[in-house]
Amino acid sequence: MEPKFILESLLFSAQRPMNVKELREIFATAATAEDADEAAKPFKKIKEDDLTVVLEELAREHEAAGRSYRLVCVAGAWQFVTQPEFSPWLRALVGVKNRPSRLSQAALETLAIIAYRQPVTRAEVEQVRGVNIDGTMQTLLERGLVEQSGRAEVIGRPALYNTTPLFLEYFGLRGLEDLPAADELRRIPVERPPAPITADAGLATVPPEQLQLGEAGETPVQDPGNSPPPEASSATN
Amino acid sequence: MSEYKVQFEVFEGPLDLLLYLIKKEEVDIYEVNLTKLATQFIEYVELMRQFDLEVAGEFLVMASTLMYIKSRELLPVDQQVVVEAEDEGDDPRFELIRQLVEYKKFKDAAAQLQVLEEKQENIYPRVPGKIEFQAEEETSKKPEVGIFDLLNAVNGILRRFAAKEASARAIYEDKWTVSEKIEYVRNLITERTSVKFSELFEKAANRAEIVCTFLALLELIRMKQLACWQPEPFAEIEISKAVAPEMATEPLAPSMEAATPTEDKAAVPTPEPSAPEGEEVESNEDAEDEFDDDEDDEADDEDSEDDEDEENESDEAEPKPK
Repeated sequence: MEPKFILESLLFSAQRPMNVKELREIFATAATAEDADEAAKPFKKIKEDDLTVVLEELAREHEAAGRSYRLVCVAGAWQFVTQPEFSPWLRALVGVKNRPSRLSQAALETLAIIAYRQPVTRAEVEQVRGVNIDGTMQTLLERGLVEQSGRAEVIGRPALYNTTPLFLEYFGLRGLEDLPAADELRRIPVERPPAPITADAGLATVPPEQLQLGEAGETPVQDPGNSPPPEASSATN
Repeated sequence: MSEYKVQFEVFEGPLDLLLYLIKKEEVDIYEVNLTKLATQFIEYVELMRQFDLEVAGEFLVMASTLMYIKSRELLPVDQQVVVEAEDEGDDPRFELIRQLVEYKKFKDAAAQLQVLEEKQENIYPRVPGKIEFQAEEETSKKPEVGIFDLLNAVNGILRRFAAKEASARAIYEDKWTVSEKIEYVRNLITERTSVKFSELFEKAANRAEIVCTFLALLELIRMKQLACWQPEPFAEIEISKAVAPEMATEPLAPSMEAATPTEDKAAVPTPEPSAPEGEEVESNEDAEDEFDDDEDDEADDEDSEDDEDEENESDEAEPKPK
């Protein structure tokens, strides 16, 4: 018996999403039962990593088969879900999902910063967004999408926040590594602006060595940076 | 005035407004003309003020930063204040653009989260029905309570009651019926999923009432409407709704109607239920004996369902002579 199909049958009948640990325990229980089936015994010591590989393969197969449902992993637990395009009929069948109202733009931005930068202090989030986030944080904490995880070891020991498993469930994410464009956003390279401060050509005489310094310092993009001066001067007038 | 407020709340802060202005210019963030941007930004803040909107402090801070950048640019480089100690990092333009770029990326990430949020609303998980034998296994785990356990329990209660009442021997009117008590026990069980054995008798005023309640309990158990179990050995007996298949309760319901009045009337021929009517005078021992008899009868009933029919027939017959 292929473990792939055993897993498929388990997830097909499971009352709730199952994580790999639970699935492995089921394999072990089936193999060690008193009247264990011969077919079940070989999987007594199956590894969680192997199960994950098999589950991913199974999910790919389902995806490739183009069925109306697929196998997904949300917050580490596997389950069968329907494809979103069938929602009109499913809504008619089971009713509108019991879900809290959608998050506001401010809440989504705050949540995004916490998700990519966690653990993070309130001040850091405020710095990125440039606004006070007291109200938004309150909402996110109340909805259980964010929780306090500890305190930063800096002056004042401000609270650190991170996202909860509910956050992953709410957005249907497998884990934090599943966040869109995660690598890019976690460590934003601090880029030097292409155009260093130079006086507008029309406004003051720029000593030649300053101009050269600027050109030497930064590269090709510098020209566009310098080109708008006439516009700028008109704006200042 | 207030309707204009909505228009401005679109901006989640000064950075959001700056990004909007940059987008309107259709230029790259890195190439934006901050001097021009400063002018536009201040125009907006001015507009907000004209509309009598409360301008958030953050907007003013940003406006002043922009003014600072603009003023710096007006000066020829050789006349600018040189802030050597803090090198490049202090360049306010660089700082602002870095902040804008960072904010922009998170704003995009937030938009992606929003897409996920909407998508997730349309995804339905498979929720299989409960597999049938699960319920059965659950109940079978609980230790069963036999008729003698129940007997011992009710004797204990009667003994406690007798001790309490030893001094006062009032004569009561026998106003309790088993059918009434059946209703009482059923209500109790529907209100709460499980009831402790002693709780059934908490409100009982005298022995007769205890006896009636107990008979009601036995009757309900016989009809498979209630189940008794002990959470652990020697723990107090708990009573809960039986997880009987619907088939069992349906046909039995009418038989119960028939049986309930009989219980107290059927008592007439046999000595037991008449005993409670005998107004508390008997000794405890008597009472116990009586109940033992009673139990045996009931136990027989429980043993085979076939008896039920016979009994009902006889029940029907008995009240008539009375």
